[in-house]
Amino acid sequence: MKMGPLLALTLWALSTVSAQAESLKMAVTTSFHNSGLAEVLLPEIQKDTGIEVQLLVVGTGQALRLGEAGDVDAILVHSKAAEEEFVLGGFGVHRREIMFNDFVFVGPSADPAGIAGAASATEALGLIAQNGASFVSRGDDSGTHKKELGLWADAGIDAEARAVSWYKEAGAGMGASLNTASGLNAYIMTDRASWLKFGNKGDLALLYAGDPALFNQYAYLPVSPEMHGHVKAELALQLEDWLVSDRARDLIDGYVLEGGRLFVFNAKR
Amino acid sequence: MNDILAGLLHAAHLIFTLDADLIEISLRSLRVTLSAVLVSSLIGLPLGCWLAVQRFRFRRLVIATLNALMGLPPVVVGLIVYLLLSRSGPFGVFGLLFTPTAMIIAQVVILTPLIASISHQAIRDLWAEYHDLLISLNTTRRQRIMTLLWDGRRALLTASLAGFGRGIGEVGAIMIVGGNIDHATRVLTTAISLETGKGNFALALALGFILIGLAVAVNLIIHSLSRTEVSGRW
Repeated sequence: MKMGPLLALTLWALSTVSAQAESLKMAVTTSFHNSGLAEVLLPEIQKDTGIEVQLLVVGTGQALRLGEAGDVDAILVHSKAAEEEFVLGGFGVHRREIMFNDFVFVGPSADPAGIAGAASATEALGLIAQNGASFVSRGDDSGTHKKELGLWADAGIDAEARAVSWYKEAGAGMGASLNTASGLNAYIMTDRASWLKFGNKGDLALLYAGDPALFNQYAYLPVSPEMHGHVKAELALQLEDWLVSDRARDLIDGYVLEGGRLFVFNAKR
Repeated sequence: MNDILAGLLHAAHLIFTLDADLIEISLRSLRVTLSAVLVSSLIGLPLGCWLAVQRFRFRRLVIATLNALMGLPPVVVGLIVYLLLSRSGPFGVFGLLFTPTAMIIAQVVILTPLIASISHQAIRDLWAEYHDLLISLNTTRRQRIMTLLWDGRRALLTASLAGFGRGIGEVGAIMIVGGNIDHATRVLTTAISLETGKGNFALALALGFILIGLAVAVNLIIHSLSRTEVSGRW
């Protein structure tokens, strides 16, 4: 047995770790990543500030946990109540609103519950519940899931009233949940970007959108260096300055997907 | 059927155009798993051999436990390694979470019991054959283990390759400790998971075919380098 080539192979295998530029770890939500906006912003951020942003794509719940544990330097999520709690707990320096997009209801193109004509998002949910039409929920404690639960509460339909026969908790990310909805031909609430980018639509169609209650505010939260001394607080602030700059505004507002504008920049300066 | 065909075509396209991202994540897959296999083999092979040769009180219990650990659920290993390496965990100061090193550590935990168990089985049979000879030559325990390791190298290679097979296709643990960061910790399996989530079944499937091809290629290369099935028994 010749050991030389095997040895060479293993040596190569071990030469893993490569030199890195100034990098910053940011936890973002699946919905932000799925929109494709990250692919536009990240190269520009690197060009303008020299910061290599490494994205951890997780649900809002996990993103906040990563920030609390100090495993990331900043987070970009969309669940106001949870974010404010995060800052109050001393884990974040502050909360800075950056932009918003919106949620939409998607469902079987025949629309058995008739939500297309609904006057509001809560009415649409009420119609789905009345008809016992299959509805897929994220069920993963993400920002989208929290938003959905809030809307159910506003519609006056509590957890007990949502029978397992039609209300299915996928316990998964936006894409996986959309796959489930597509497979079951069920209703689902999704952010617009994930829906437009989704490649396995099947019989599903966009049925309801436009209620202001469905607006979805994204906020940037640098992780507190007082809580975790190792976080790259200075880079995180540099990134924040970039995210609220005119340059970011032009890129975010100018981002279109399949003919539609996705995000509206609304950072206060 | 159409999806599968589209996947095959997409795979061919990616390979023939030498897609830069594809090459990057394939190499990272190989590096992570080969490193983990190397470390696991360095621990597992001598451990398996030692368990075959040495007699001690709880030997059966240790072997049974080792066999049971072959079925260690990767997602649980991932979670535990994650909590250990997290900044708030006991090894947080090293800042290893979400790096390829963390992925290697998790895979070493998964692969070592597997490699140790398989090598123990193989060496046990060989030891039965060699027992009288090695005893009569008055060899030390270290010499016995070295002899068995060398003469059983083909079977031990199988043990390491079984480890490679489990590691290269593993997604549960490395997704958790690596975080699937683009250009940093994304490997083939986590990329497949991501693309499936996006509903891009053709691309996911293409990556899957490439992963299978890679696993087969590595096995073939190692077999040809070690000249198994070529001349005589050894």
